[in-house]
Amino acid sequence: MLSRPQLLDLYYYIRLTRDIEERLVLLYRQSKVVGGLYRSLGQEGESVASAYALGPEDAVAPLIRNLGSIVTVGVRPRDIFAQYMARGTSPTRGRDLNVHFSHMPGPGSGERTLIGPISMLGDLIPVMAGFGLGARMQGRQVVTMTYIGDGGTSTGAFHEGLNFAAVQKLPLVLIAEDNKFAYSTPISEQMAIASIDRRAEAYGIPHEMIDGTDVLAVYDSARRAVDRARAGEGPTLIGVDVMRMKGHAEHDDGRYVPRALLDQWRERDPLARYRGWLLSEGVASGAEIDDIDGMTHGYAEEEAQLAEAAPMPDPADAARGVWAGDELFVPRLEIVKSPFADA
Amino acid sequence: MQATYLEAIRQGLAEEMARDPRVFIIGEDVGAFGGAFKVTEGLMERFGRDRVIDTPISETAIIGAAIGAAYAGMRPVAEMQFIDFLACGFNIFTNFAARSRYRWGAGVPLVVRGPCGGGVGGGPFHSANPEASYLNTPGLKIVEPSTAHDAKGLLKAAIRDDDPVLFLEHKFLYRRIKDDVPGDDYIVPIGKAAIRRAGTHLSIVTFGAMVHAALEAAEQLASAGIEAEVIDLRTLAPLDKETVLASIAKTSRALILHEAPRTGGIGGEIAATIAEEAFEYLDAPVTRVASLDTTVPYSPPLEAAFLPDAARVVAAARRLAEY
Repeated sequence: MLSRPQLLDLYYYIRLTRDIEERLVLLYRQSKVVGGLYRSLGQEGESVASAYALGPEDAVAPLIRNLGSIVTVGVRPRDIFAQYMARGTSPTRGRDLNVHFSHMPGPGSGERTLIGPISMLGDLIPVMAGFGLGARMQGRQVVTMTYIGDGGTSTGAFHEGLNFAAVQKLPLVLIAEDNKFAYSTPISEQMAIASIDRRAEAYGIPHEMIDGTDVLAVYDSARRAVDRARAGEGPTLIGVDVMRMKGHAEHDDGRYVPRALLDQWRERDPLARYRGWLLSEGVASGAEIDDIDGMTHGYAEEEAQLAEAAPMPDPADAARGVWAGDELFVPRLEIVKSPFADA
Repeated sequence: MQATYLEAIRQGLAEEMARDPRVFIIGEDVGAFGGAFKVTEGLMERFGRDRVIDTPISETAIIGAAIGAAYAGMRPVAEMQFIDFLACGFNIFTNFAARSRYRWGAGVPLVVRGPCGGGVGGGPFHSANPEASYLNTPGLKIVEPSTAHDAKGLLKAAIRDDDPVLFLEHKFLYRRIKDDVPGDDYIVPIGKAAIRRAGTHLSIVTFGAMVHAALEAAEQLASAGIEAEVIDLRTLAPLDKETVLASIAKTSRALILHEAPRTGGIGGEIAATIAEEAFEYLDAPVTRVASLDTTVPYSPPLEAAFLPDAARVVAAARRLAEY
């Protein structure tokens, strides 16, 4: 059972994720974001709740629509903004885009490892299976978690990685997000099975389908899977039923998505649902929640300003960092806690 | 002590696994069976199933899991049963492993090793020399030894390297080549070529099994009064330009020999480097000897027609010397 500070933590991270994205939209419209902007509107709840189920030194590998997982690990919004704006101070010093960055603090740090995405979908599954394999060889009980969309489950890497994890009984939790569309392709053209979690049946691993807009249901399911993994019982696939409420990226108006479907899912916004639950259960008052909203809104704005003030990378460094011995930077970020962490 | 090329690789693996508990082997049939060519024979018995891991037929999973384990602090050695099958893991090897340090500062100390090359009737998919397919990927080191001594020393260097290394083992040499392999710990540094035969009239730049064809050709040329220098590149990326260019400065004639098809092969890159950096020294056009621009054919007479050999090297070298 989650404590009150933990329940507020979850709200804080979901709210902060949405505020960061809304700030990013403003920056995108001012042409300050370099390249695309991939919204996770409607998916923030499952991203935050799943990552929140991880232990202090576990490892998570998000995809581009899992900004919530990244925020939950404790990445500063400043670094996310700097990354989207390709600044020289960004986690990758301008070498890679949006949330393609990592944080590898190593054992004993008390911090979670973050392994960023690669555009080739599915690759993170064998990689995170391998991270768990490596940690197991070292006698560490690390659990790894990664994500895949409905489109990404059609890749070879998904099948090879999940099968390998199952055969080796690796401590992997895979969150498979049915967000209804892979770019413009509906899930009915992606797979012939009734629901995304049934992909797991071929690998003999437990699976279940969860309402991805129900924050606590996702947390509970992820927590069970994390516990199973840590106990050496192998991987779990959790299917989450969600809706991608925006286009593939900001350039895409998503006109191929039926309006009625969006209207229906708008009623199930994870942030609004969770806020309603906190109020109805008396976990927090409306005023307290409004305070969190004000806090995250202001924080996102301040952090965006810090990133905007940061310089672009020095072109003289473009050829550096290919080989060991010429390292330009290491994958270490400043990790911050939520204001409720020590409450 | 004398050892075959294959035994030298096995010794290198065993010594590194004994020296460093982070080193482990992952691949298809590498454990109980000891690998399709028996390179890893006995290692599972010695180091246990946790450190010699048999996998499903999943090259992407093998390399992907190796990358993840490397991120967790291990030093994986992934075996491709035949290097042709690295094509199945091309994406995760090049895009994930090789680009990782540049993209986000995380090095991937990973060795992907496997048998390459023809001459054994392997046909289209068990004979490839794929170095050129990987050469255009910054962040990747590529090595291919021609002797047992170098096979062990380069493998040990590759395992200790902090960047991903593609370790190409020429299967024609596995049991045909035997030379002196020190029993004590040594490495052959990555990035350093070796001069296998000194000469003054022309330089043959080659690697892998073709080193032996080049040496055979050089003997025949010597009886005709042509002294060929034979350079064994050993490392294909990063290329030891210094050794190559110093040799061209001495001989003024360059013959590049490789077993992969001519078009788009590494020979083009070496020729361009010589043209750019040693043009004034050249007394003749740079010459390439390579295999035919076809898939590797299966039947022995066809494969013999496909592969370069000493006779073709001699003919090309004579033309070059007389130019």
